[in-house]
Amino acid sequence: MPIDIDIAHVARLARIALTGEQLEAYRTQLGVILDHAALVQGLPTEGVEPTSHPLAMTNAFRADDEKPSLERDTVLAQAPDAVDGYFRVPPALDTE
Amino acid sequence: MTFEPVIGIEVHVELMTDSKMFCGCRVDVTSPPNTNVCPVCLGLPGALPVTNRRAIEWIAKIGLALNCEISERSEFHRKNYFYADQPKNFQISQYDVPVCHDGWLDVATDGVSRRIRINRAHMEEDTGKSIHVGDGGRIHAATETRLDFNRAGVPLVEIVSEPDLRSAAEARNYAQTLRSIVGTLGVSDARLEEGSIRFDANVSVRPEGTDEFGTKVEIKNMNSFRSLERAVDHEIHRQVAALEAGEAIVQETRHWDEEGGVTHGMRSKEGSSDYRYFTEPDLLPIEISSSWRAEIAASLPELPAARQARYVELGLDDSAAGVLVGSDERMWRWFEEAVGGGAPPRTVANWLTGETTAWLRTGDRSIEDARLEASQLVTLAAMVEDNRLSATAAKQVLGALLDGGGDAESVASDLDLLQISDTSALEEAVDAAIEAHPEQFERLGSGEDKLIGFFVGQVMRATGGKADPKVVTDILRARVG
Amino acid sequence: MTDAADLTIAAAAAALADGSLSSVELTEAVLARASLTEANVHAYLTLDQAGAREAAETSDRRRASGQARGLLDGIPIALKDNLTTVGLETTAGSRILSGYQPPYDATVVARLRGAGAVICGKTNLDEFAMGSSTENSAYGPSRNPWNLDTVPGGSSGGSAAAVAAGSALGALGSDTGGSIRQPGALCGLVGFKPTYGRVSRYGLIAFASSLDQIGPLTWTVEDAAMLYEVIAGHDPMDATSYPGDVDDVRSTLDDGVAGMRVGVVAELSTEGIDASVASGFRRTLDRLRERGAQIVDVSMPTASVALSAYYLIAPAECSANLARFDGVRYGLRVDGATVEEMMSATRSEGFGPEVTRRVLLGTYALSAGYYDAFYGQAQRVRTLLIREFADAYTQADVLVSPTAPTTAFPLGAKTQDPLAMYMSDVCTIPINLSGDPGISVPVGLDDAGLPIGFQVMAPALQEARLLQVARAVEQVAEPVGRPTVVGVPA
Ligand SMILES: [Mg+2]
Ligand SMILES: [Zn+2]
Repeated sequence: MPIDIDIAHVARLARIALTGEQLEAYRTQLGVILDHAALVQGLPTEGVEPTSHPLAMTNAFRADDEKPSLERDTVLAQAPDAVDGYFRVPPALDTE
Repeated sequence: MTFEPVIGIEVHVELMTDSKMFCGCRVDVTSPPNTNVCPVCLGLPGALPVTNRRAIEWIAKIGLALNCEISERSEFHRKNYFYADQPKNFQISQYDVPVCHDGWLDVATDGVSRRIRINRAHMEEDTGKSIHVGDGGRIHAATETRLDFNRAGVPLVEIVSEPDLRSAAEARNYAQTLRSIVGTLGVSDARLEEGSIRFDANVSVRPEGTDEFGTKVEIKNMNSFRSLERAVDHEIHRQVAALEAGEAIVQETRHWDEEGGVTHGMRSKEGSSDYRYFTEPDLLPIEISSSWRAEIAASLPELPAARQARYVELGLDDSAAGVLVGSDERMWRWFEEAVGGGAPPRTVANWLTGETTAWLRTGDRSIEDARLEASQLVTLAAMVEDNRLSATAAKQVLGALLDGGGDAESVASDLDLLQISDTSALEEAVDAAIEAHPEQFERLGSGEDKLIGFFVGQVMRATGGKADPKVVTDILRARVG
Repeated sequence: MTDAADLTIAAAAAALADGSLSSVELTEAVLARASLTEANVHAYLTLDQAGAREAAETSDRRRASGQARGLLDGIPIALKDNLTTVGLETTAGSRILSGYQPPYDATVVARLRGAGAVICGKTNLDEFAMGSSTENSAYGPSRNPWNLDTVPGGSSGGSAAAVAAGSALGALGSDTGGSIRQPGALCGLVGFKPTYGRVSRYGLIAFASSLDQIGPLTWTVEDAAMLYEVIAGHDPMDATSYPGDVDDVRSTLDDGVAGMRVGVVAELSTEGIDASVASGFRRTLDRLRERGAQIVDVSMPTASVALSAYYLIAPAECSANLARFDGVRYGLRVDGATVEEMMSATRSEGFGPEVTRRVLLGTYALSAGYYDAFYGQAQRVRTLLIREFADAYTQADVLVSPTAPTTAFPLGAKTQDPLAMYMSDVCTIPINLSGDPGISVPVGLDDAGLPIGFQVMAPALQEARLLQVARAVEQVAEPVGRPTVVGVPA
């Protein structure tokens, strides 16, 4: 199957800023890998259930018990930017 | 051309489990920011989710209450999209196999009940909270965003209706009915103001008599039932006006602006709806066996529709029963207990839907402020029955009980509202009235019966309204001979 | 006497037990070795000398008071830097986690600490465990102690290099497509990937959640078994962790292969396999036959497509797993005017080319319109492969193949050709897809003096059988000895 990749769209979905040159390089590389990966399409899989997990188990639950949370200072110490107990990020100008 | 609105509602309900959906952090959005967080709900590298069993039971409970099928096997998916308040930048949600599917809810509007189909109810996790700082907190003019992850990972049930609703009023009634069910189940605070229950509406219009759907618009940000109804109504009118003007409807998400009473479009993100769902590999499928399902079904409380029918059987009219059932749980618990204690259902219902509701509306009162105990409603009803308290006085006593609690007997006596039914005391008052009005008494004697009322009124005035009118009448009749 | 740094875990444990060696002496020997080798090998991203010394002293005190906690008490162990550790920077070999201090220990780390092991540091890896040579580390490559011009394999190359150089007695790695077994093979070590779910992944920085598994890299099968017994077992913090007890794998180690049916997977053992590797593999088969094993040929046609399925499934899962690295809560942030710009700039700066490639690949494979042709189809192929394994295990008790098509290759040889690099994992990937356990055992050196790896695979949860056969392989194989590491006096 011929592979056409809207690489800019993919990079945008993945939130990775790339230059035009980089995009083009990745588009080519992805094309090569996907050509190889497309070998999977040659196998007869009609009526075959997909496996998303190697384990044939179900229902691994925890009881609804409260456990201690982390200290806020510990958590915020790792934050690139924090203020008044909050994480701080630039504004989300694009949402409205 | 006339247009028919087609409306579907998506509801998000936060469950009030003790711990979050996939970790042991406390569910409590009132805590100081970022204090109920751990590696799992903060999406720290290496952390893994483990499903809260109670949340699964509760969504099944909701599903059963909404007449849904419960999937024997369902699974979690990852819904991928970047948002700063979503720690992992994917939401653990459900996709093609939700826990509950294919249910329905009967919704009454203007006296007509219609069955609204429910597509699904699925389990997911809530996001954190973004606080947009700068320019009054409006997102598009903010200078920074502050993030609190206390809410991240709180169990969230999303209930999606089919596009079966046909008016803004019906949409509102659907939402109210659903809220009251969730409240009855005791699985959520279901408070709109606090966001523990949230409604989004999908609205489209189409020419009356056609079957095809128009382009739908999603509207968000309604934080009361009234605003839901207003927003849907506004959106219907906006779309009809656009179509009549020959414009096309754009598929988009629009925000309801409560102050302006309008919806406006959010700049749509290119490709933002490509969620790249895939099975969550960190979690195993959920199997709800028939025995587990039966256990959950057995734990269901009486649901509002059934309760309302039972109240009507107790003698209430439909509307009073509806109001009671739709009110805060404490209201119908008072009713249940008072009636259980022998009070006449209609009297109690009147007190609750009338006096008590009015009491709540005065000032800044909430139901939690009421000091009334159900046992006192029984006493109060008995006092009226025994003619020791007039209907009007009873309402006064009820107000005092709501304010300050205590028992009805002493409140009535403190307020000096007990009726005088002691015959000798009343005979004196009757005789005094006859003496003062000989002419009227004569006319009464000669058959002008309506003057009974005149004399009862005189005695009432003389006794400060505490005379038992029935006893006064009997004495008068005896005097006339 | 031999340098304590060259002891196996079993020998060191015995010496600690009989009092002929203290943990402090052992730890000092390992740290001294690291000081000689690190400049060349670069096995570690963080060498925790102070922490190791303190843990060793504590261990000795415990032992002196009769409170020794078991065989691993006092043994210096290295950890791949994608395992979270309190008090030790954890970067996963990525710039995006530079300086990150986790607030919790991975379950395996907690278990090792609980067993008294001395954690001597965090080892280098391909960024987020994506690679087969450790050249994708943001902090520079590790080198193979057997020949510094060659790679140690990857992604657990730092762990393998540390053990091979004697700067740890054993190490933990993670294996998503061969990342324990392949570096084990290239460094002359035993590299063991237990059954998916047998060892908790809690605290393992996820690459591909349905494939990742933690396991040991050691000199011997016995050492691998010792580490396995400590790290394996149910963990309530990992929903995909097997409940139930772990078999005692050490008591059956020496039971041999007589009567055992050993299945050679044709598709993994011939095409594209270097002659030296193939001959080492065949020689070992012959010797197993001499020991009474029944060698049978097994065909698994889907195995040859496993690599293709893997390069859809693993990137798809990684694209979601790595979405959390966004500059909001931890790690690197590159400023931007809006939160979206900040995230995109951070991820662009923070991820290296291979990670970027796989994230893009996975994003594409999952995106609307391509899901069924790529990701969905890969998952169905995964089902076919699992069925083939089930069928193969009716014909054989264990399956075998070379671990990697080649011995250690020169640095830079494959960095320009992603597909060629991916081929390094062609033999190891199938059991990541099936979830079955597998192990690489060294079976001699090639003409250039580089180790050759022999892979044994077994059905899920049959670790005892797997290790029993691996031990037999170890016994019949040419001993590889120890590398002469540049900088270490002979
Ligand atoms: Mg939702
Ligand atoms: Zn948490």
